[in-house]
Amino acid sequence: MRKPSLRAYRIVSLFLLGCLLFNYPVLAVFNVGATAAGIPVLYVYLFVAWGLLIALAAAIIEGGS
Amino acid sequence: MLQGWFVVTVSFAYIGLLFAVAWFADRRAAQGRSIISNAWVYSLSLAVYATAWTFYGSVGRAATDGVGFLPTYLGATLTMLLGWFVLRKMVRITRLNRITSLADFVASRYGKSALIGGVVTVIAVIGILPYISLQLKAVSTSFQILLGYPAIAMPAKAGSLEVMQDTAFYVALFMALFAIAFGTRQLDAAERHEGMVAAIAFESLVKLVAFLGVGVYVAFFMYDGLGDIFARAAGRPDLEVLMAPLGGAAGSYANWVWLTILSMFAIIFLPRQFQVAVIENTDERHLKRAAWLFPLYMLAINVFVLPIAFGGALHFPAGEVDADTFVLTLPMAQKAEGVALLVFIGGLSAATGMVIVETIALSTMICNDLVMPLLLRIRAFRLTEMRDLSSLLLDIRRAAIIALLMGGYFYYLLAGEAYALVSIGLISFAAAAQFAPAVIGGLYWRGGTRTGALAGLCAGFAVWAYTLLLPAFAKSGWLGVEFVERGPFGIELLRPTQLFGLAGLDQITHAMIWSMIANVGAYLVGSVIRRQSAAEHVQATLFVDVYQQTGEPGSSWRGATSASALQTLVGRFLGPARAVELFTAYARLRGAKSVDELEGDRDLVRFAELQLAGTIGAASARTMVATVAQEEPLGLEEVMTIIDEASQVIAYSHRLEEQQQELEAATQELKAANERLKELDRLKDDFISTVTHELRTPLTSIRAFSEILHDNPDLDPAERQRFLGLVIRESERLTRLINQVLDLAKIESGLAEWRTAELDLREIALEAVNATSAIFKSRGVTVETRLAPRVPLVLADRDRLMQVLLNLLSNAAKFCTPGTGRVVVRLEADGGAVRVDVQDNGVGISRENQALIFEKFRQVGDTLTDKPSGTGLGLAICRRIVGHFGGRLWVESEPGRGSVFSFDLPVAAGARGAERLVANA
Repeated sequence: MRKPSLRAYRIVSLFLLGCLLFNYPVLAVFNVGATAAGIPVLYVYLFVAWGLLIALAAAIIEGGS
Repeated sequence: MLQGWFVVTVSFAYIGLLFAVAWFADRRAAQGRSIISNAWVYSLSLAVYATAWTFYGSVGRAATDGVGFLPTYLGATLTMLLGWFVLRKMVRITRLNRITSLADFVASRYGKSALIGGVVTVIAVIGILPYISLQLKAVSTSFQILLGYPAIAMPAKAGSLEVMQDTAFYVALFMALFAIAFGTRQLDAAERHEGMVAAIAFESLVKLVAFLGVGVYVAFFMYDGLGDIFARAAGRPDLEVLMAPLGGAAGSYANWVWLTILSMFAIIFLPRQFQVAVIENTDERHLKRAAWLFPLYMLAINVFVLPIAFGGALHFPAGEVDADTFVLTLPMAQKAEGVALLVFIGGLSAATGMVIVETIALSTMICNDLVMPLLLRIRAFRLTEMRDLSSLLLDIRRAAIIALLMGGYFYYLLAGEAYALVSIGLISFAAAAQFAPAVIGGLYWRGGTRTGALAGLCAGFAVWAYTLLLPAFAKSGWLGVEFVERGPFGIELLRPTQLFGLAGLDQITHAMIWSMIANVGAYLVGSVIRRQSAAEHVQATLFVDVYQQTGEPGSSWRGATSASALQTLVGRFLGPARAVELFTAYARLRGAKSVDELEGDRDLVRFAELQLAGTIGAASARTMVATVAQEEPLGLEEVMTIIDEASQVIAYSHRLEEQQQELEAATQELKAANERLKELDRLKDDFISTVTHELRTPLTSIRAFSEILHDNPDLDPAERQRFLGLVIRESERLTRLINQVLDLAKIESGLAEWRTAELDLREIALEAVNATSAIFKSRGVTVETRLAPRVPLVLADRDRLMQVLLNLLSNAAKFCTPGTGRVVVRLEADGGAVRVDVQDNGVGISRENQALIFEKFRQVGDTLTDKPSGTGLGLAICRRIVGHFGGRLWVESEPGRGSVFSFDLPVAAGARGAERLVANA
């Protein structure tokens, strides 16, 4: 059987990171009334974290090695 | 420009455009230049996930829950990250086994069971109907609102109109026709729909553009950017709560997590997602790009959801306008007719995309896994005797599509008004999630059985229906509300929304927890209580170890049919012309000139089964092929072989490793042997050159003296006498040398004659000392004997042994200083052997030379001053003689202090007893 590549480990790690970021208790940290640049922090956090996850996935998958 | 006729015209023009896209894609596919075989198109087609629910419903959800609409997309994103592992495996299995739908997939995994296929189909149909009704509701509502322009009025409640006047009914009808036109124009052996996929991808673009368009319009034209909207919303207490809604009344973390899990399953197990992601996949590698591109799409389409929701809530007085319609009503309120029309088209795209793919996927399941197995089983229809079934298949699918949309419409009438869009959709999500244990378990656990899958599916579905579907009916007034509030027969513990007293959760979370416990539990229990059948095990291995397979999967068919019978069979389902085409191509592939030349072997049967599976599903294909071919019952041995396959591979690799080690050892030995051979070869060369040299020396002397005698006849007689003596001595030396060389050669080649007998070494030693006493006397060396009075007999050749002793004694005499030389001969029994020492006080031998002297022609000494007096073979011969009788010959010596040459010989076996007898006597 083939050994999983480093890329596979990275993707799985990214999945686990996603599970962490979109879950209690990390969410609770941002579940506050404050705003950043006029936009609620929770809203900003979710989209930034989401975007980061996508960017990392793209970098891992499309990047070399 | 928002008059009814105009909206309708634009809608039909848009649908016409979709047909054009589909037609173009189909034409390109026929030319072999597929436009959907592209990671971008594939990713866009996955966006069929974003339906009218996303388009209208997300805003509605956001208006009550804040960010509560997001888990649906975050979960899907997480699953897509793992797409390369999970989805790829499903794609590979699907391609190798010509699987046509989710039901087919599950049925195929669990031993091609028609029952499982049927159950999955039923669950999918019942579970998805609410979702279809959601699309109808969205389209008809948005259409009616648009018709009300410039007023903004919520449409009349569903069911309050006659069916014939209800927009939703006509929407359902048109969508059915649309789906039929897209999905059932022809039968495809692989159940692929290139045109449909292209149209879906196009629709995904349209709905994204429309939603981003309205988002930008609301955020930047109605308000001064996102900051402005949120700042105003913060001033409203009811909206301010939604800025940080988690953990509060609007939604707990448990709800959030369960919604995430739900969408993780939904993105794979909704029939339409399975259709576009797995069945319509043209290249596994597309999954890589889709893993980030599709999440990016979801992110983009969700960015403006919350701003629109807040914008709508700020703009309209509370309770007047349904939040589900904000996307449309906001631009209408601003008299932005173009934007409103764009939104309507976007919503239409989202709804039609979903309905087309979903109904095509479901109709395939209904046809292949529900209706056909039943029809084929019921003898009365005599279906197995019909010549061409292909048009029947298409008709069944068309009827199924119409039935599905009508079902969706009636669900809409029944329960559509009771829930917001998102809640309806979530009910369907929860139904689709029931497939997860059976499919994921089936993908990674070889032990999952048909019984387990069946039990899990039924248990999960039953709990789903009890906790979600029944309350939905109750809420719509179709079923008594008492049932929900007090439980069946007043048993409070069984209240559908608070089963076993589990309260405080929202309905979906509650239903998911119980249904998953029931589903996974039943799956595991069912899988472990009964052994798998052989056929199940074959399928399980095919699925779980799909990456280890090369080429087509194995087959359990035994060739017992003819090619023409199979062709006829395939022709009945695919149409005779298509069958001829397929079989001719196959014949060419196999190197046969025509179909008649093909043998009805298991490969051909397997080929036919695969073609049929692509059209009527694995379970039915198996039934059909069984009518013309004999299935080979799997013998115990074959099953064991399959089971042991993995361990065999391991065993093989172990054995290989061992063999490699053995080979390495053998190589080392061979290398050593080769070295030894080379060494021996060199020694032989040395030996020959030395022998030649040794022979030449006496020969030269003899010749020289002979010549002197010959040339000088008048030589002095005394001188002549001396010369003749030298010639004689040299001749003797020559003779001795030749004798020894021959002797050695004989011993080494094993040709020497040995006269073995039991000997008394004491007697031989004495004799040898006597024989050499003259030499010792002449050299002025004294000899002393210290012989044990009695020693055991040894087994040896008397003459040879004498030869050894004489050699050692004469050597001792030779190397002792005349006058002071002293030689001691010792004899004693030493354990099981008898040992002889010959000690001298001569010059001694240096340590490095001690090993050399036993080699041939090695003479130790100062070669510059001392002329070697021996032949250099004596000790070599001695060692071989002693060795022949199982003894050893060795030397202990120190330069200047003399040497001890010793040898021992084992006591003769018979002699021991004799010795003992003598001792006792």
